[in-house]
Amino acid sequence: MPTDRVAVDIKVPNQTRYLCLIGHIGENIARALKHYDGDKEKLAYDLNLVLTEAMANAIRHANEADPTKQVHIEISIVDRQLIMRVYDHGQGFDIRQFADPRPPMDEHGRGIFIIHSVMDEVTYTPTRDGHVLEMKKNL
Amino acid sequence: MNLQIEDKGTAVLMQVKEERLDAHNSGELKAQMLKLFEEGKSNLVVDLADVRFVDSSGLGALVSGFKNASSRSGSLKLAGLQLQVKSMFELTRLHRVFEIFTDPEDALASF
Repeated sequence: MPTDRVAVDIKVPNQTRYLCLIGHIGENIARALKHYDGDKEKLAYDLNLVLTEAMANAIRHANEADPTKQVHIEISIVDRQLIMRVYDHGQGFDIRQFADPRPPMDEHGRGIFIIHSVMDEVTYTPTRDGHVLEMKKNL
Repeated sequence: MNLQIEDKGTAVLMQVKEERLDAHNSGELKAQMLKLFEEGKSNLVVDLADVRFVDSSGLGALVSGFKNASSRSGSLKLAGLQLQVKSMFELTRLHRVFEIFTDPEDALASF
């Protein structure tokens, strides 16, 4: 089966001003795919969205908004599977608590639900010095 | 954040002149709305026609504005949602919370 091969590895400061940069990388990867039968513009929005949500979570909740820390992001496509990993340096949190839709009047806590809605598989596991949020989608 | 605010009498029109409403700038929108509430305004129309992308923080800021307006017996209504932005409200079921108009003039006239 023909497949696109992509490998992106990027580290950016732990600051929300870089959300736009990371989101655009996701968007542009989707638009550049040669072998994707679905709606590329929808995929572009979705990848922008999940990378923005995942990075914002890492900045706010895991890296404790410390601007001197970094967020490390890996994006790869192999055998028509897209894998995105967002690494943080924090204590982590229980993603199962946020997997369901929030009550409408809640102002926070929708990010993980949105990521679950868009991706096929989501895990959050400890690493040597923090955690990694891994998000997989079959293309 | 580039935000144009105009008092239209029955309601205040807030035009978000940004491509993205996300965790980077949603705090500013929330702060501007709070300022209007503190000035005694309670009816707002937020025009999102220029916004191509919204994340959960952007949605949270609008929910905050909606709750504040409601607690002052007013309302926050939305206008000009692009298709993908609208689908975010549907995904999070917030389309059942907000009154959503195509044209901001219709939203203003509904007060």
